[in-house]
Amino acid sequence: MAKVKKSPWLLHYDGSSCNGCDIETLACLTPVYDAERFGVVNTGDPLQADIFLITGGINTQNRSVVEQLYQQMPRPKVVVAVGTCACTGGIFKDCYNILGGADKVIPVDIYVPGCAARPQAIIDGIIQAVDLFQKRSDEHEQKKKGAANGGHH
Amino acid sequence: MARKHKRNIVPFGPQHPVLPEPIHLDLVLDDEKVVGVIPSVGFIHRGLEGLVDKRDFKEMVYVAERTCGICSFQHGMGYCEAVEQIMDIEVPPRAKYLRTIWGETSRLHSHLLWLGLMADAFGFESLFYQCWRIREKILDLIELSTGGRVIFSVNQIGGVLKDMDAEMLKHFLDVLAEAETEVREIQKTFMLDYTVQSRTVGVGVMTKRQIHACGSVGPFARASGFKVDMRKLGYEAYPDLDFEPVISNDGDCYARCDVRIREIFQSIDLIRQAAAKIPDSELAAKVKGNPDGECFARIEQPRGEAIYYVRGTGKKFVNRMRIRTPTFANLPGLCEMLKNADYADVPLMILTIDPCISCTER
Repeated sequence: MAKVKKSPWLLHYDGSSCNGCDIETLACLTPVYDAERFGVVNTGDPLQADIFLITGGINTQNRSVVEQLYQQMPRPKVVVAVGTCACTGGIFKDCYNILGGADKVIPVDIYVPGCAARPQAIIDGIIQAVDLFQKRSDEHEQKKKGAANGGHH
Repeated sequence: MARKHKRNIVPFGPQHPVLPEPIHLDLVLDDEKVVGVIPSVGFIHRGLEGLVDKRDFKEMVYVAERTCGICSFQHGMGYCEAVEQIMDIEVPPRAKYLRTIWGETSRLHSHLLWLGLMADAFGFESLFYQCWRIREKILDLIELSTGGRVIFSVNQIGGVLKDMDAEMLKHFLDVLAEAETEVREIQKTFMLDYTVQSRTVGVGVMTKRQIHACGSVGPFARASGFKVDMRKLGYEAYPDLDFEPVISNDGDCYARCDVRIREIFQSIDLIRQAAAKIPDSELAAKVKGNPDGECFARIEQPRGEAIYYVRGTGKKFVNRMRIRTPTFANLPGLCEMLKNADYADVPLMILTIDPCISCTER
Protein backbone atom coordinates (compact mmCIF):
# COMPACT_ATOMS: atom_id res chain seq x y z
CA MET A 1 0.00 0.00 0.00
CA ALA A 2 1.55 3.27 -1.14
CA LYS A 3 1.43 6.45 0.90
CA VAL A 4 -2.14 7.68 1.05
CA LYS A 5 -2.66 11.34 0.31
CA LYS A 6 -6.40 11.46 0.91
CA SER A 7 -8.70 9.70 3.36
CA PRO A 8 -11.43 8.02 1.35
CA TRP A 9 -14.86 7.73 2.99
CA LEU A 10 -16.81 4.49 2.86
CA LEU A 11 -20.47 4.07 2.09
CA HIS A 12 -21.97 0.70 2.95
CA TYR A 13 -25.28 -0.47 1.50
CA ASP A 14 -26.98 -3.79 2.01
CA GLY A 15 -28.34 -4.90 -1.37
CA SER A 16 -30.19 -8.11 -0.67
CA SER A 17 -27.69 -9.95 1.49
CA CYS A 18 -28.51 -12.22 4.41
CA ASN A 19 -26.79 -9.82 6.87
CA GLY A 20 -23.78 -12.08 7.24
CA CYS A 21 -21.52 -9.89 5.09
CA ASP A 22 -23.05 -6.70 6.56
CA ILE A 23 -22.13 -7.50 10.12
CA GLU A 24 -18.69 -8.64 8.98
CA THR A 25 -18.25 -5.32 7.16
CA LEU A 26 -19.29 -3.51 10.33
CA ALA A 27 -16.97 -5.71 12.38
CA CYS A 28 -14.12 -4.59 10.08
CA LEU A 29 -14.66 -1.01 11.20
CA THR A 30 -14.58 -1.83 14.93
CA PRO A 31 -11.33 -1.99 16.97
CA VAL A 32 -10.41 -5.66 16.56
CA TYR A 33 -10.00 -5.44 12.77
CA ASP A 34 -10.00 -1.64 12.59
CA ALA A 35 -10.09 -0.81 8.88
CA GLU A 36 -9.89 2.85 9.88
CA ARG A 37 -6.13 2.50 10.37
CA PHE A 38 -5.87 2.54 6.56
CA GLY A 39 -7.29 6.03 6.50
CA VAL A 40 -10.91 5.22 5.66
CA VAL A 41 -13.95 6.47 7.57
CA ASN A 42 -17.44 5.00 7.50
CA THR A 43 -20.18 7.42 6.47
CA GLY A 44 -23.89 7.14 5.90
CA ASP A 45 -24.00 9.90 3.31
CA PRO A 46 -23.50 9.00 -0.38
CA LEU A 47 -22.76 12.65 -1.24
CA GLN A 48 -19.53 12.48 0.76
CA ALA A 49 -18.50 8.91 -0.02
CA ASP A 50 -15.62 7.76 -2.21
CA ILE A 51 -15.72 3.98 -1.84
CA PHE A 52 -19.00 2.09 -2.17
CA LEU A 53 -19.14 -1.26 -0.35
CA ILE A 54 -22.11 -3.26 -1.54
CA THR A 55 -23.22 -6.56 -0.04
CA GLY A 56 -25.83 -8.89 -1.47
CA GLY A 57 -27.27 -9.29 -4.94
CA ILE A 58 -29.54 -6.98 -6.89
CA ASN A 59 -33.29 -7.53 -6.93
CA THR A 60 -36.07 -5.75 -8.77
CA GLN A 61 -36.86 -3.39 -5.92
CA ASN A 62 -33.40 -2.29 -4.77
CA ARG A 63 -32.07 -1.84 -8.30
CA SER A 64 -33.02 1.85 -8.49
CA VAL A 65 -31.73 2.49 -4.93
CA VAL A 66 -28.28 1.08 -5.79
CA GLU A 67 -28.16 3.05 -9.04
CA GLN A 68 -29.15 6.25 -7.24
CA LEU A 69 -26.57 5.81 -4.48
CA TYR A 70 -23.86 5.25 -7.09
CA GLN A 71 -24.89 8.32 -9.08
CA GLN A 72 -24.99 10.51 -5.97
CA MET A 73 -21.36 9.74 -5.12
CA PRO A 74 -18.87 12.33 -6.40
CA ARG A 75 -16.24 11.35 -8.96
CA PRO A 76 -13.79 9.58 -8.75
CA LYS A 77 -15.38 6.57 -7.06
CA VAL A 78 -14.59 2.92 -6.45
CA VAL A 79 -17.07 0.06 -5.98
CA VAL A 80 -16.29 -3.04 -3.91
CA ALA A 81 -18.64 -6.03 -4.09
CA VAL A 82 -18.41 -7.84 -0.73
CA GLY A 83 -19.45 -11.50 -0.56
CA THR A 84 -20.42 -14.12 -3.08
CA CYS A 85 -23.96 -12.74 -3.46
CA ALA A 86 -22.67 -9.30 -4.50
CA CYS A 87 -20.18 -10.92 -6.88
CA THR A 88 -22.49 -13.32 -8.71
CA GLY A 89 -25.80 -13.72 -6.87
CA GLY A 90 -24.38 -16.64 -4.88
CA ILE A 91 -26.70 -19.15 -3.25
CA PHE A 92 -29.69 -17.00 -4.25
CA LYS A 93 -28.79 -16.89 -7.94
CA ASP A 94 -31.68 -19.19 -8.83
CA CYS A 95 -34.25 -17.23 -6.79
CA TYR A 96 -37.01 -15.66 -8.86
CA ASN A 97 -36.42 -12.17 -7.51
CA ILE A 98 -32.63 -11.95 -7.89
CA LEU A 99 -31.22 -10.33 -11.02
CA GLY A 100 -27.61 -11.25 -10.21
CA GLY A 101 -24.51 -9.64 -8.75
CA ALA A 102 -23.94 -5.92 -8.20
CA ASP A 103 -22.22 -5.64 -11.59
CA LYS A 104 -25.62 -6.02 -13.28
CA VAL A 105 -26.38 -2.37 -12.52
CA ILE A 106 -23.18 -0.56 -11.54
CA PRO A 107 -19.53 -1.05 -12.59
CA VAL A 108 -17.73 -3.10 -9.91
CA ASP A 109 -13.97 -2.67 -9.48
CA ILE A 110 -13.09 -5.15 -6.74
CA TYR A 111 -14.70 -8.48 -5.94
CA VAL A 112 -14.36 -9.92 -2.41
CA PRO A 113 -15.41 -13.60 -2.32
CA GLY A 114 -16.73 -15.61 0.65
CA CYS A 115 -20.01 -16.64 2.23
CA ALA A 116 -19.91 -14.80 4.54
CA ALA A 117 -16.80 -12.84 3.45
CA ARG A 118 -14.19 -12.93 6.21
CA PRO A 119 -13.02 -9.64 7.77
CA GLN A 120 -9.48 -10.29 6.51
CA ALA A 121 -10.78 -10.59 2.95
CA ILE A 122 -12.90 -7.45 3.31
CA ILE A 123 -9.91 -5.49 4.65
CA ASP A 124 -7.86 -6.72 1.67
CA GLY A 125 -10.62 -5.46 -0.62
CA ILE A 126 -10.70 -2.09 1.15
CA ILE A 127 -6.90 -1.68 0.83
CA GLN A 128 -7.08 -2.42 -2.90
CA ALA A 129 -9.93 0.06 -3.17
CA VAL A 130 -7.90 2.76 -1.38
CA ASP A 131 -5.02 2.24 -3.83
CA LEU A 132 -7.35 2.34 -6.81
CA PHE A 133 -9.05 5.46 -5.46
CA GLN A 134 -5.65 7.14 -5.09
CA LYS A 135 -4.79 6.28 -8.70
CA ARG A 136 -8.12 7.52 -9.99
CA SER A 137 -8.02 10.73 -8.02
CA ASP A 138 -4.48 11.45 -9.36
CA GLU A 139 -5.77 10.92 -12.90
CA HIS A 140 -8.74 13.14 -12.12
CA GLU A 141 -6.41 15.92 -10.90
CA GLN A 142 -4.25 15.59 -14.03
CA LYS A 143 -7.30 15.84 -16.24
CA LYS A 144 -8.53 18.92 -14.39
CA LYS A 145 -5.09 20.55 -14.69
CA GLY A 146 -4.95 19.68 -18.39
CA ALA A 147 -8.39 21.20 -18.95
CA ALA A 148 -7.40 24.36 -17.04
CA ASN A 149 -4.18 24.76 -19.05
CA GLY A 150 -5.99 24.04 -22.31
CA GLY A 151 -8.54 26.72 -21.52
CA HIS A 152 -5.81 29.29 -20.76
CA HIS A 153 -4.00 29.02 -24.09
CA MET B 1 -54.47 33.47 15.44
CA ALA B 2 -54.31 29.71 15.69
CA ARG B 3 -51.53 28.15 13.68
CA LYS B 4 -52.76 26.05 10.82
CA HIS B 5 -51.73 22.47 11.28
CA LYS B 6 -50.13 20.92 8.29
CA ARG B 7 -49.00 17.33 8.08
CA ASN B 8 -45.75 16.40 6.45
CA ILE B 9 -44.50 13.06 5.24
CA VAL B 10 -40.83 12.40 5.87
CA PRO B 11 -39.27 9.37 4.20
CA PHE B 12 -37.01 7.26 6.43
CA GLY B 13 -34.66 4.89 4.61
CA PRO B 14 -34.09 2.64 2.70
CA GLN B 15 -30.53 3.88 3.06
CA HIS B 16 -30.12 5.50 6.48
CA PRO B 17 -27.01 5.97 8.66
CA VAL B 18 -28.55 4.28 11.71
CA LEU B 19 -29.79 1.23 9.83
CA PRO B 20 -27.38 -1.42 8.64
CA GLU B 21 -30.24 -2.82 6.57
CA PRO B 22 -32.74 -1.21 4.23
CA ILE B 23 -36.31 -0.63 5.37
CA HIS B 24 -38.47 2.22 4.21
CA LEU B 25 -40.90 4.03 6.50
CA ASP B 26 -43.06 6.98 5.55
CA LEU B 27 -43.40 9.01 8.74
CA VAL B 28 -46.45 11.27 8.87
CA LEU B 29 -45.44 14.22 11.03
CA ASP B 30 -47.53 16.84 12.75
CA ASP B 31 -44.90 19.39 13.72
CA GLU B 32 -42.30 17.28 15.58
CA LYS B 33 -44.70 14.48 16.54
CA VAL B 34 -45.12 11.31 14.53
CA VAL B 35 -48.82 10.65 13.93
CA GLY B 36 -48.67 7.83 11.46
CA VAL B 37 -46.23 5.30 10.03
CA ILE B 38 -46.49 3.52 6.69
CA PRO B 39 -43.84 0.82 6.29
CA SER B 40 -42.88 -0.52 2.90
CA VAL B 41 -40.71 -3.58 2.64
CA GLY B 42 -39.22 -5.69 -0.13
CA PHE B 43 -35.75 -4.21 -0.64
CA ILE B 44 -34.05 -7.44 0.38
CA HIS B 45 -36.67 -9.86 -0.85
CA ARG B 46 -34.87 -12.78 -2.47
CA GLY B 47 -37.61 -15.37 -2.55
CA LEU B 48 -35.59 -18.12 -0.89
CA GLU B 49 -38.70 -20.07 0.04
CA GLY B 50 -39.15 -20.61 -3.70
CA LEU B 51 -35.82 -22.44 -3.83
CA VAL B 52 -37.54 -25.62 -2.55
CA ASP B 53 -38.19 -26.50 -6.20
CA LYS B 54 -34.49 -26.43 -7.01
CA ARG B 55 -32.75 -27.72 -3.87
CA ASP B 56 -33.57 -31.01 -2.22
CA PHE B 57 -34.63 -31.17 1.42
CA LYS B 58 -31.09 -31.79 2.71
CA GLU B 59 -29.57 -28.92 0.73
CA MET B 60 -32.35 -26.62 1.94
CA VAL B 61 -30.65 -26.56 5.39
CA TYR B 62 -27.94 -24.35 3.89
CA VAL B 63 -30.51 -22.10 2.23
CA ALA B 64 -32.49 -21.81 5.48
CA GLU B 65 -29.28 -20.83 7.29
CA ARG B 66 -28.84 -17.95 4.88
CA THR B 67 -32.23 -16.46 5.75
CA CYS B 68 -30.31 -14.23 8.11
CA GLY B 69 -26.64 -13.97 8.96
CA ILE B 70 -27.18 -13.05 12.61
CA CYS B 71 -29.40 -15.94 13.70
CA SER B 72 -28.16 -18.21 10.94
CA PHE B 73 -27.64 -21.25 13.16
CA GLN B 74 -31.11 -21.06 14.67
CA HIS B 75 -32.76 -20.77 11.25
CA GLY B 76 -31.05 -23.98 10.17
CA MET B 77 -32.04 -25.61 13.45
CA GLY B 78 -35.71 -24.64 13.07
CA TYR B 79 -35.89 -26.05 9.55
CA CYS B 80 -34.14 -29.27 10.64
CA GLU B 81 -36.57 -29.66 13.54
CA ALA B 82 -39.58 -29.36 11.25
CA VAL B 83 -38.22 -31.99 8.84
CA GLU B 84 -37.15 -34.27 11.71
CA GLN B 85 -40.65 -34.16 13.17
CA ILE B 86 -42.20 -35.05 9.81
CA MET B 87 -39.79 -37.96 9.29
CA ASP B 88 -39.96 -39.10 12.92
CA ILE B 89 -36.22 -38.89 13.47
CA GLU B 90 -34.97 -39.06 17.06
CA VAL B 91 -32.00 -36.69 17.33
CA PRO B 92 -29.18 -38.18 19.50
CA PRO B 93 -28.92 -36.48 22.92
CA ARG B 94 -25.39 -35.14 22.39
CA ALA B 95 -26.50 -33.45 19.18
CA LYS B 96 -29.38 -31.84 21.08
CA TYR B 97 -27.01 -30.43 23.68
CA LEU B 98 -24.56 -29.21 21.06
CA ARG B 99 -27.40 -27.47 19.23
CA THR B 100 -28.43 -25.81 22.47
CA ILE B 101 -24.89 -24.62 23.17
CA TRP B 102 -24.39 -23.19 19.68
CA GLY B 103 -27.91 -21.72 19.72
CA GLU B 104 -27.22 -19.87 22.96
CA THR B 105 -23.80 -18.76 21.71
CA SER B 106 -25.45 -17.19 18.68
CA ARG B 107 -27.98 -15.50 20.99
CA LEU B 108 -25.04 -14.04 22.91
CA HIS B 109 -23.41 -12.63 19.80
CA SER B 110 -26.73 -11.29 18.51
CA HIS B 111 -27.55 -9.49 21.77
CA LEU B 112 -24.05 -7.99 22.04
CA LEU B 113 -24.34 -6.83 18.44
CA TRP B 114 -27.66 -5.19 19.26
CA LEU B 115 -26.27 -3.50 22.38
CA GLY B 116 -23.49 -2.03 20.25
CA LEU B 117 -25.91 -0.71 17.63
CA MET B 118 -28.06 0.70 20.42
CA ALA B 119 -25.07 2.57 21.89
CA ASP B 120 -24.26 3.85 18.41
CA ALA B 121 -27.86 5.04 17.95
CA PHE B 122 -27.70 7.30 21.00
CA GLY B 123 -24.26 8.47 19.97
CA PHE B 124 -22.05 6.67 22.51
CA GLU B 125 -19.35 5.45 20.16
CA SER B 126 -16.86 4.05 22.66
CA LEU B 127 -19.59 1.94 24.27
CA PHE B 128 -20.45 0.62 20.80
CA TYR B 129 -16.82 -0.42 20.34
CA GLN B 130 -16.71 -2.07 23.78
CA CYS B 131 -19.77 -4.20 22.99
CA TRP B 132 -18.33 -5.30 19.67
CA ARG B 133 -14.98 -6.07 21.28
CA ILE B 134 -16.69 -8.52 23.66
CA ARG B 135 -18.69 -9.90 20.75
CA GLU B 136 -15.46 -10.76 18.91
CA LYS B 137 -14.55 -13.13 21.77
CA ILE B 138 -17.83 -14.99 21.24
CA LEU B 139 -17.22 -15.10 17.48
CA ASP B 140 -13.74 -16.53 18.12
CA LEU B 141 -15.37 -19.33 20.14
CA ILE B 142 -17.75 -20.06 17.28
CA GLU B 143 -14.90 -20.05 14.79
CA LEU B 144 -12.82 -22.35 16.97
CA SER B 145 -15.59 -24.92 17.35
CA THR B 146 -17.16 -24.80 13.88
CA GLY B 147 -14.78 -23.10 11.45
CA GLY B 148 -17.17 -20.28 10.52
CA ARG B 149 -17.70 -16.89 12.08
CA VAL B 150 -21.24 -15.80 11.32
CA ILE B 151 -22.55 -18.52 9.04
CA PHE B 152 -21.38 -21.82 10.46
CA SER B 153 -23.23 -24.67 8.82
CA VAL B 154 -23.06 -27.37 11.48
CA ASN B 155 -26.68 -28.49 11.30
CA GLN B 156 -27.86 -31.42 9.28
CA ILE B 157 -31.14 -33.28 9.20
CA GLY B 158 -30.91 -35.73 12.11
CA GLY B 159 -28.17 -34.06 14.13
CA VAL B 160 -25.03 -31.98 13.86
CA LEU B 161 -21.86 -32.24 11.77
CA LYS B 162 -19.20 -31.37 14.35
CA ASP B 163 -18.38 -32.33 17.91
CA MET B 164 -16.81 -30.49 20.82
CA ASP B 165 -14.37 -32.31 23.12
CA ALA B 166 -14.00 -31.69 26.86
CA GLU B 167 -11.07 -29.35 26.34
CA MET B 168 -13.06 -27.20 23.92
CA LEU B 169 -16.00 -27.03 26.34
CA LYS B 170 -13.67 -25.94 29.14
CA HIS B 171 -12.25 -23.23 26.88
CA PHE B 172 -15.84 -22.12 26.13
CA LEU B 173 -16.58 -21.74 29.83
CA ASP B 174 -13.33 -19.88 30.53
CA VAL B 175 -13.94 -17.34 27.78
CA LEU B 176 -17.59 -16.94 28.78
CA ALA B 177 -16.59 -16.25 32.40
CA GLU B 178 -14.27 -13.53 31.11
CA ALA B 179 -17.00 -12.11 28.86
CA GLU B 180 -19.48 -12.15 31.75
CA THR B 181 -17.35 -9.86 33.93
CA GLU B 182 -16.92 -7.50 31.00
CA VAL B 183 -20.65 -7.42 30.26
CA ARG B 184 -21.26 -6.59 33.95
CA GLU B 185 -19.05 -3.55 33.44
CA ILE B 186 -20.95 -2.27 30.40
CA GLN B 187 -24.26 -3.13 32.08
CA LYS B 188 -23.52 -0.35 34.59
CA THR B 189 -23.22 2.20 31.79
CA PHE B 190 -26.37 1.07 30.00
CA MET B 191 -28.48 0.91 33.15
CA LEU B 192 -27.11 3.61 35.46
CA ASP B 193 -25.60 6.34 33.28
CA TYR B 194 -27.63 9.53 33.52
CA THR B 195 -27.20 10.55 29.87
CA VAL B 196 -28.11 7.10 28.57
CA GLN B 197 -31.16 6.98 30.83
CA SER B 198 -32.36 10.33 29.49
CA ARG B 199 -32.59 8.77 26.02
CA THR B 200 -34.24 5.50 27.04
CA VAL B 201 -36.40 5.87 30.17
CA GLY B 202 -40.06 6.44 29.32
CA VAL B 203 -39.42 6.45 25.56
CA GLY B 204 -41.59 4.25 23.37
CA VAL B 205 -43.78 2.76 26.10
CA MET B 206 -45.82 -0.28 25.06
CA THR B 207 -48.41 -1.62 27.50
CA LYS B 208 -49.04 -5.33 27.95
CA ARG B 209 -52.44 -4.88 26.28
CA GLN B 210 -50.90 -3.20 23.21
CA ILE B 211 -48.28 -5.95 22.94
CA HIS B 212 -51.01 -8.58 23.03
CA ALA B 213 -53.12 -6.76 20.44
CA CYS B 214 -50.17 -6.38 18.05
CA GLY B 215 -49.02 -9.97 18.50
CA SER B 216 -45.46 -8.97 19.37
CA VAL B 217 -42.88 -11.58 20.33
CA GLY B 218 -39.48 -12.00 21.93
CA PRO B 219 -37.65 -9.50 24.16
CA PHE B 220 -39.95 -6.75 22.82
CA ALA B 221 -42.94 -8.53 24.38
CA ARG B 222 -41.06 -9.68 27.48
CA ALA B 223 -40.03 -6.09 28.26
CA SER B 224 -43.73 -5.25 28.66
CA GLY B 225 -44.32 -8.05 31.13
CA PHE B 226 -45.50 -10.63 28.63
CA LYS B 227 -44.05 -13.94 29.77
CA VAL B 228 -43.58 -15.70 26.47
CA ASP B 229 -40.53 -17.79 25.65
CA MET B 230 -40.63 -20.64 23.12
CA ARG B 231 -37.70 -22.35 24.82
CA LYS B 232 -40.19 -23.32 27.52
CA LEU B 233 -41.92 -25.52 24.90
CA GLY B 234 -39.03 -27.91 25.43
CA TYR B 235 -37.25 -28.45 22.16
CA GLU B 236 -33.62 -29.64 21.97
CA ALA B 237 -32.02 -29.81 25.45
CA TYR B 238 -34.09 -27.05 27.06
CA PRO B 239 -36.36 -29.38 29.12
CA ASP B 240 -33.26 -30.52 31.06
CA LEU B 241 -32.08 -27.00 31.80
CA ASP B 242 -33.27 -24.76 34.57
CA PHE B 243 -34.29 -21.24 33.54
CA GLU B 244 -37.09 -18.71 33.75
CA PRO B 245 -37.99 -16.21 30.97
CA VAL B 246 -36.50 -12.77 31.67
CA ILE B 247 -39.22 -10.15 31.96
CA SER B 248 -39.60 -6.51 32.86
CA ASN B 249 -42.77 -4.50 33.38
CA ASP B 250 -41.94 -0.98 32.20
CA GLY B 251 -42.28 -1.55 28.45
CA ASP B 252 -40.01 1.33 27.44
CA CYS B 253 -36.66 1.39 25.60
CA TYR B 254 -34.85 1.09 28.95
CA ALA B 255 -36.75 -2.10 29.82
CA ARG B 256 -35.97 -3.65 26.42
CA CYS B 257 -32.30 -2.91 26.94
CA ASP B 258 -32.48 -4.36 30.46
CA VAL B 259 -34.19 -7.57 29.26
CA ARG B 260 -31.57 -8.17 26.58
CA ILE B 261 -28.65 -7.59 28.94
CA ARG B 262 -30.12 -10.00 31.48
CA GLU B 263 -30.69 -12.52 28.68
CA ILE B 264 -26.95 -12.41 27.98
CA PHE B 265 -26.32 -13.67 31.53
CA GLN B 266 -29.12 -16.20 31.13
CA SER B 267 -27.53 -17.57 27.94
CA ILE B 268 -24.13 -17.86 29.63
CA ASP B 269 -25.81 -19.74 32.49
CA LEU B 270 -27.63 -22.07 30.05
CA ILE B 271 -24.35 -22.89 28.27
CA ARG B 272 -22.77 -23.67 31.66
CA GLN B 273 -25.61 -26.01 32.58
CA ALA B 274 -25.54 -27.71 29.17
CA ALA B 275 -21.76 -28.15 29.28
CA ALA B 276 -22.01 -29.78 32.71
CA LYS B 277 -24.73 -32.23 31.66
CA ILE B 278 -23.74 -33.06 28.09
CA PRO B 279 -24.09 -36.82 27.49
CA ASP B 280 -22.05 -39.05 25.16
CA SER B 281 -23.73 -40.37 22.06
CA GLU B 282 -23.61 -40.33 18.29
CA LEU B 283 -23.80 -36.98 16.53
CA ALA B 284 -26.48 -37.70 13.95
CA ALA B 285 -29.28 -40.20 13.37
CA LYS B 286 -29.55 -41.97 10.03
CA VAL B 287 -31.99 -40.42 7.57
CA LYS B 288 -33.96 -42.78 5.35
CA GLY B 289 -36.49 -41.83 2.70
CA ASN B 290 -38.03 -38.45 2.02
CA PRO B 291 -40.33 -36.26 4.14
CA ASP B 292 -44.01 -37.03 3.70
CA GLY B 293 -46.39 -34.88 5.70
CA GLU B 294 -46.44 -31.40 7.17
CA CYS B 295 -45.26 -29.80 10.37
CA PHE B 296 -44.94 -26.54 12.28
CA ALA B 297 -41.82 -26.05 14.40
CA ARG B 298 -41.57 -23.11 16.80
CA ILE B 299 -38.29 -21.94 18.24
CA GLU B 300 -37.11 -18.92 20.23
CA GLN B 301 -34.62 -16.85 18.30
CA PRO B 302 -32.69 -13.87 19.71
CA ARG B 303 -35.46 -11.65 18.34
CA GLY B 304 -38.39 -13.82 19.37
CA GLU B 305 -40.55 -16.66 18.19
CA ALA B 306 -39.93 -18.04 14.71
CA ILE B 307 -42.23 -20.55 13.03
CA TYR B 308 -41.13 -23.01 10.36
CA TYR B 309 -43.68 -24.75 8.21
CA VAL B 310 -42.59 -27.60 5.95
CA ARG B 311 -44.81 -29.76 3.75
CA GLY B 312 -43.38 -32.77 1.95
CA THR B 313 -45.09 -35.20 -0.42
CA GLY B 314 -42.64 -38.11 -0.22
CA LYS B 315 -40.41 -36.64 -2.90
CA LYS B 316 -36.82 -35.43 -2.68
CA PHE B 317 -37.98 -31.83 -3.05
CA VAL B 318 -40.35 -30.60 -0.35
CA ASN B 319 -43.57 -29.07 -1.55
CA ARG B 320 -43.56 -25.90 0.57
CA MET B 321 -41.33 -24.20 3.12
CA ARG B 322 -42.47 -21.13 4.99
CA ILE B 323 -40.83 -19.10 7.74
CA ARG B 324 -42.64 -16.63 9.99
CA THR B 325 -39.86 -14.52 11.42
CA PRO B 326 -39.89 -12.54 14.70
CA THR B 327 -39.32 -9.10 13.15
CA PHE B 328 -42.30 -9.62 10.88
CA ALA B 329 -44.43 -10.23 13.97
CA ASN B 330 -42.98 -7.12 15.65
CA LEU B 331 -43.65 -4.66 12.79
CA PRO B 332 -47.30 -3.90 13.80
CA GLY B 333 -46.03 -3.26 17.34
CA LEU B 334 -43.35 -0.93 15.95
CA CYS B 335 -45.91 1.12 14.00
CA GLU B 336 -48.08 1.35 17.13
CA MET B 337 -45.09 2.43 19.24
CA LEU B 338 -43.98 5.14 16.80
CA LYS B 339 -47.33 6.95 16.98
CA ASN B 340 -47.04 10.10 19.15
CA ALA B 341 -43.27 9.71 19.33
CA ASP B 342 -40.86 12.59 18.90
CA TYR B 343 -39.24 12.56 15.48
CA ALA B 344 -35.76 12.57 17.04
CA ASP B 345 -36.49 9.36 18.96
CA VAL B 346 -37.58 7.39 15.87
CA PRO B 347 -34.20 5.77 14.99
CA LEU B 348 -33.67 4.63 18.59
CA MET B 349 -37.18 3.24 18.87
CA ILE B 350 -36.87 1.32 15.61
CA LEU B 351 -33.67 -0.17 16.93
CA THR B 352 -35.21 -1.36 20.21
CA ILE B 353 -37.34 -4.00 18.47
CA ASP B 354 -34.00 -5.36 17.16
CA PRO B 355 -35.15 -5.32 13.53
CA CYS B 356 -33.77 -7.99 11.25
CA ILE B 357 -34.95 -7.05 7.80
CA SER B 358 -33.22 -9.94 6.03
CA CYS B 359 -35.34 -12.39 8.03
CA THR B 360 -38.50 -10.41 7.45
CA GLU B 361 -38.20 -10.21 3.69
CA ARG B 362 -36.25 -13.40 3.03
